[in-house]
Amino acid sequence: MKTSQNRIQNTFKGLKQKNEAAMIPFITAGDPFTDLTEELAVAMAENGADILELGMPFSDPLADGPVIQAASLRGLEAGMNTHNYLKLVQNIRRQSQIPLVFMGYYNMVYQYGLKAFAEDAVSAGLDGAIIPDLPIEEADEWIAVARRAGLDTIFLAAPTTPMERIERIAQRSRGFLYYVSVTGITGARQELPAELAQNLAMARNHARLPVAVGFGISRPQQVAMLSQVADGVIVGSAIVRLIEDGIRQGVPATALVQRIAGFVRELKQATRYGIKPGQGA
Amino acid sequence: MENNKMLSGPDKKGHWGIFGGRFVPETLIPALLELESAYRKCSHDASFQAELRSILKDYVGRPTPLYEAKRLGDALGGIRVFLKREDLTHTGAHKINNTLGQILLAKRMGKTRIIAETGAGQHGVATATVCALMGLKCEVYMGKKDMVRQAMNVFRMEITGARVIPVETGTQTLKDATNEAIRDWVSSVKHTHYIIGSVVGPHPYPMMVRDFQSVIGKETRRQILKVVGRLPDYVIACVGGGSNAMGIFHPFVRDTNVKLIGVEAAGEGLNTQHHSATLTLGRPGVLHGTMSYLLQDKWGQIQGAHSVAPGLDYPGVGPEHSALKDSGRVHYDTIDDQEALNNGFRFLSELEGIIPALESAHAVAYLHKLAPKLAKGSVVVVNLSGRGDKDVAAVADIFKGQNP
Repeated sequence: MKTSQNRIQNTFKGLKQKNEAAMIPFITAGDPFTDLTEELAVAMAENGADILELGMPFSDPLADGPVIQAASLRGLEAGMNTHNYLKLVQNIRRQSQIPLVFMGYYNMVYQYGLKAFAEDAVSAGLDGAIIPDLPIEEADEWIAVARRAGLDTIFLAAPTTPMERIERIAQRSRGFLYYVSVTGITGARQELPAELAQNLAMARNHARLPVAVGFGISRPQQVAMLSQVADGVIVGSAIVRLIEDGIRQGVPATALVQRIAGFVRELKQATRYGIKPGQGA
Repeated sequence: MENNKMLSGPDKKGHWGIFGGRFVPETLIPALLELESAYRKCSHDASFQAELRSILKDYVGRPTPLYEAKRLGDALGGIRVFLKREDLTHTGAHKINNTLGQILLAKRMGKTRIIAETGAGQHGVATATVCALMGLKCEVYMGKKDMVRQAMNVFRMEITGARVIPVETGTQTLKDATNEAIRDWVSSVKHTHYIIGSVVGPHPYPMMVRDFQSVIGKETRRQILKVVGRLPDYVIACVGGGSNAMGIFHPFVRDTNVKLIGVEAAGEGLNTQHHSATLTLGRPGVLHGTMSYLLQDKWGQIQGAHSVAPGLDYPGVGPEHSALKDSGRVHYDTIDDQEALNNGFRFLSELEGIIPALESAHAVAYLHKLAPKLAKGSVVVVNLSGRGDKDVAAVADIFKGQNP
């Protein structure tokens, strides 16, 4: 068995010592073109992102809300495919040591070949993979090849998941466990469920690895609150929305990169010190 | 041995060999487990089965006739063609066999809201109908393109109290309506039951929908034995997702001397991009929660399907069909748009006074391919899965365009 670089594990260890949660932004590869994704990734890494979740566009993203659906479509229209995705990862890896996590639907991995994908992913510089439509019951072979290649398998748990199942999911997860905050699809929410903090506390009790929370989180206040109860906080649609707005407003690429870097900085800040009431966006 | 496994499945996790399974977001897993356990309970529950049988008889109109189409048989060189008349069910297609079973199940599970996806609108109508019957709230996702093509069915759903939600993403057809229905279910799973309309989706749907539809094949078996005194030589059905085909095939799968033929839509031709020949030209992959043959590109992006029959216009197919194809038990072939229109829709209308649904017209048209190879007196059953009322406007336009 190959040992991975353990970038994800080391990141969480380092953050724990500083008593900070990981800030994990998500963007879609190729949205709206591949070079911009590369620039954004590097800029986010330089502006406080601790781990980067990079989405591979899919024609039928059934766990995603309208914002990420639209981003997937833009990525596919820009010619993104699994091969170009891995090339993009390589280019980002040359410029940054930030832990990189693949997020993509199972069919793309399956068509590439599970073993080939796990190996090529690691050689390109990926550290982990999230496959939102691959529950643990279907994942034996994937787990085996990913372990051999040294790629972290990050599984999801949801508010509907019973605790004994969360335990089993956590056992099969490496890097971190992805806790889905809401019973629903991706996309910013005004309100997060009242019982979320309690659910997270229970999930962390049952998991012997870091727990990151995602779905619906868009504001620094939410990040600050969740940083108290999770090891990492994932923000996706809110960032992708900024890209969409930028495209619509015709913002030049450099300005868009700055705008998003600024937002990530703000989010990272929230994982550090929390936010006092009345502050932030 | 391997073949036997294929014929009996699925296994406990819902697999037929590599096909089937449960590839869905984690949020849905507990609901699928709950559904599976409720379904297993009901399938052994005498009171559930009695209620289902009684409504199938008095409301749906079962058993449906097995009608010998003699003029059709004569025109095809003296074979004996029997039509299983699912077109005569209430709402006009086999879809209601499944929606009725599922709504009884949903009620027992205490669900208060029903959602469904629909392509041609037949499944949407069948769902809206049973929701009206049971007094449950119903919302149906339908591609915007299909809503235009099938305006009559939109009205039928609305008049029976359903809300039809237009889907404007992607290809605006069944595939995208299914995506939206799944997204809804991920968010509403606690109180909502999702009535999937075909033998697709995550386990237990392919098994459960097959079982509810297999009433078609069980009746056919009984009826043909009574009339002919033996099992048929061939059973033919069209395959989109494949629920009418699974329903009629399933009770014959172990009768290996009965040849089973599934007919896919070749659309504008297998050498074009515009077809729905999933089993014929696709490769195994995962869509909408199940591993099955799929129309997709090299990288696993799903490709759009096409057929003149909206109910066949789907880039996936039920996982059990994939297993039956690989095991060789069922032969899958194709019929294109023109064949379906002329050798199916027009032919059956003119010879027998029965206007078939465009989907079922594919199965009828296949008789032209098959008949020349058959001995006189061969017995062929065709599943006439639906009636053509929904298609008359679209077909009239097509024929007008062809004969100006």
